[in-house]
Amino acid sequence: MNLAHYLGLLDRAEQNLAAAFRDVGAAHTDEPDVLSVCRKLATQCDRHAALLHPFAARYGEAADDEPDRLHAEIFRGTRTGGLGLLRDLHDLYLMAAECDISWTLVGQAAKGVRDDELTDVVARCETEAATQMRWLRTRMKSAAPQALVVA
Amino acid sequence: MPHVQTRPGSLTDDRIADPWGPRTPYGRGEAWPTRIDQYLAAGVDEADVDRWVQSASVLHSNGDALDIAVKDGRIVGVRGRPRDRVNHGRLDPKDLFGWQANASADRLRRPLVRSGDRLVETDWDTAMGRLVERSKELLDGPGGWGRFGFYTSGQLFLEEYYTLGVIGKAGIGTPHMDGNTRLCTATAAAALKASFGTDGQPGSYADVDHCDAVALWGHDVAETQTVLWMRLLDRRRGADPPRMLAVDPRATAVAREADVHLAVRSGTNLALMNGIIRELLTRGWYDADYVDAHTIGLDTLRQTVDSYTAGRVAEICQIRAADVTAAAELVGTCDRLLSTVLQGFYQSNQATATSCQVNNIHLLRGMLGRPGAGIYQMNGQPTAQNTRETGADGDLPGMRNWDNPEHVAALARLWNVDLHTIPHWAPPTHAMQIFRYAEQGSIRLLWISATNPAVSLPDLSRVRRILSQPDLFVVVQDLFLTETARLADVVLPAATWGEKVGTFTNVDRTVHLSEQAVEPPGEARADLDIFLDYARRMDFRDRDGAPLIRWNDAESAFEAWKACSAGRPCDYTGLSYERLRGETGIQWPCTADQPDGTERLYVDGVFNTDPECCESYGHDLATGAANSADEYRAKQPRGRAFLHAADYEPSPEVTSEERPFVLTTGRTVYHFHTRTKTARAAQLDSAAPDVWVELAESDATELDIGEGDLVEIRSARGALQAHARISGIRPGVVFVPFHYGYWEDDRSAPHGDAGRAANELTMTTWDPVSKQPIFKVAAVALTKIATGDARSSPAPTVGGPAPVGPGVAPTVGGDAALVTSTLGEPA
Repeated sequence: MNLAHYLGLLDRAEQNLAAAFRDVGAAHTDEPDVLSVCRKLATQCDRHAALLHPFAARYGEAADDEPDRLHAEIFRGTRTGGLGLLRDLHDLYLMAAECDISWTLVGQAAKGVRDDELTDVVARCETEAATQMRWLRTRMKSAAPQALVVA
Repeated sequence: MPHVQTRPGSLTDDRIADPWGPRTPYGRGEAWPTRIDQYLAAGVDEADVDRWVQSASVLHSNGDALDIAVKDGRIVGVRGRPRDRVNHGRLDPKDLFGWQANASADRLRRPLVRSGDRLVETDWDTAMGRLVERSKELLDGPGGWGRFGFYTSGQLFLEEYYTLGVIGKAGIGTPHMDGNTRLCTATAAAALKASFGTDGQPGSYADVDHCDAVALWGHDVAETQTVLWMRLLDRRRGADPPRMLAVDPRATAVAREADVHLAVRSGTNLALMNGIIRELLTRGWYDADYVDAHTIGLDTLRQTVDSYTAGRVAEICQIRAADVTAAAELVGTCDRLLSTVLQGFYQSNQATATSCQVNNIHLLRGMLGRPGAGIYQMNGQPTAQNTRETGADGDLPGMRNWDNPEHVAALARLWNVDLHTIPHWAPPTHAMQIFRYAEQGSIRLLWISATNPAVSLPDLSRVRRILSQPDLFVVVQDLFLTETARLADVVLPAATWGEKVGTFTNVDRTVHLSEQAVEPPGEARADLDIFLDYARRMDFRDRDGAPLIRWNDAESAFEAWKACSAGRPCDYTGLSYERLRGETGIQWPCTADQPDGTERLYVDGVFNTDPECCESYGHDLATGAANSADEYRAKQPRGRAFLHAADYEPSPEVTSEERPFVLTTGRTVYHFHTRTKTARAAQLDSAAPDVWVELAESDATELDIGEGDLVEIRSARGALQAHARISGIRPGVVFVPFHYGYWEDDRSAPHGDAGRAANELTMTTWDPVSKQPIFKVAAVALTKIATGDARSSPAPTVGGPAPVGPGVAPTVGGDAALVTSTLGEPA
């Protein structure tokens, strides 16, 4: 059974996203909305990761060896300026998308193993993951014309 | 304060000592008696007045109708209009005395342009020439629209905003336009859109006459809308008075009058609201049939508020649990509930989410659309409603949705411009973001009209730095050489109220006409004429090469606006200047079918949430993430209102050992905004001549601060010095009025560290949905600098700053502040 690997993938993706939200917020303190929302969402990602831990234990014993090329790396540090902000948010969006689809797939697996507890956790977290993507999209859409055409 | 009877039915009293004047008690369901307030300049008698000119108040948001007295071509006084639905003749002290500022010797009379570090007088051709030359240069090439920013006001007239909006959206095509309404009323608009689909106040001021409970949510109405407070006080003194709830960290006049006062710790409003709603739901104090038929979201709301027990709320807000349940009982068991909301909610933490909970209480209880059951999501400025309606705050005019292609197409047809000229690719750029783009250098021209951001925006040292950037071309259009105007490249002298014609709309949707009484000073011009002149010089054209702006005066601008408003919730088509010259203002929507206007919205419980009608597809309240059209449609609103839910989260800034106090900023009854007018009226200026800081007795004792001592207040951004007033404010919170700046010293900034503007201390941060700056949660430290005495504190003794200790001389106005009131129907 490979569920444990996907739980591990999602766990690491949420942790990476939490760290990236913190980095981006701290790199753009002159954009107070970015700072405050990134902080808020970083905490949310921490909580998502923590909620997965009991299930990692539950399914870890039955796991096969971790397959190659399981984890993806998107974010390699923050940038500065208007365009830099856009690129940083863009990275966060791709990372949030990885979490989002992983929740969907873990949710499918949870139904397959008939784990109602995991299904409940997925239901809560995937809504929040979708909102994270919506916020990033909203913020980038506002910033893009000025950063790409005017500045 | 004793009232002196000067002739039968007529009283004279000092309206500085008692801003609310004599009581005219009335019972529930009765008509509010008339009381005509009148003030004429010393030595002027009624018989001397050449003519009375119809207008309404512009020094607060209540929309009180008044007549301006004119003698020998000068304004010599004012009196309330007795048959107007809003004020029944009464006036606020700022209206009674503030008109004197019109004739100030230091009014701007000619345009000014920058020459090195000086501003020098010039003619209109030179000033407008510079502005137009720069505009054309910046507009040239791709993305030219993005180099312009417009920051306007809540104090111009409807016709001016609409014209400015069309110039911005269809002439230049920029989304970078906002009003200072962002600082005062953006959350009112955001909460109304979120709950009901569009902006627009459900209630009527006449709801005061019928309610049996009033809840004032962060609203010191006694100092901000005195005439509305007079109406409430008259009900409280009459038969069958309404119960009253006040939420405010200060012991304001409202808090002292209230039956239940919750002095919550600043920044915790949402926890309180969640606790009250939890009580309503668990005790069954809600109208299940109404909720079922007319709302969406009860289950999520119930889940969200479930953990907010009275005990937990008491802990977060630092109040007594029994007071939480008492508040819930007051709003939960009445028959007709009236709510009013202002800056205590709007300028605080989680503003939109919190203000939506007020809407929720009314939706849960079915308290909408009936006499006495109403909501005032208040405005802070006289014409803020028009800034919002006409799109001068960046929204699309007529409460249209920038994300709805049909709404944008309708405007393109109306203005006869290409669809892609109208900026609709993202939400309008809010004020704080406009200043950020200016800071980064992508906005190169910032045109500021009728507002003073160098005193009113948060974190002033940053604002001054931005306005002083050499590459930013700053245009300021104002009456006086304000702190902001001193930093401008071009200063345009504007005519003001009484010197120009136009309309404006108050919070209960009452539209008033304000006529011209006198000529403006020198070469000063009406703001409308300045905008029209700019459009002509820029040669803005429509798709067929005809002039984009097809109107040339206030009345024709009003007619153009009527066409824009047709079919929208704020429909003005049944109004005209002629109709507005009647005895009373008229409430929109006003159409051929509803020629006398509409007293209450949502009488049938059908809201403007249909996807084809709504002004916004909605947001996540915690982050501001926008819904797409599809996401919104999937909710199937079908005219039902949204019950929004959100968890309490701590403020962006919280206290620490180093900065142990929470600063809240606010207002006094004697001043409006940055005092550009009210400090130029002797009665108002001497009542509150300088900044002060209020603190609680226990905090004062601990810091060894006495009444009148000079105190330094310091935050992470800056510092100011103020004399102390020991008041009834809750411990741990300090209050500084935001009105004071530096123009009296011929400066735009403080000399050294001795600032006196409250916004030296506040932080650059805003609500995720309304984008309203959060002025009321800065962490500060207090240090005593020098010992004073009771005479040293310039704080008034009236309202919020009332002293708790003895020995402070009461605020009086004396003979210069005597106002005549005529009670009952006029002869």
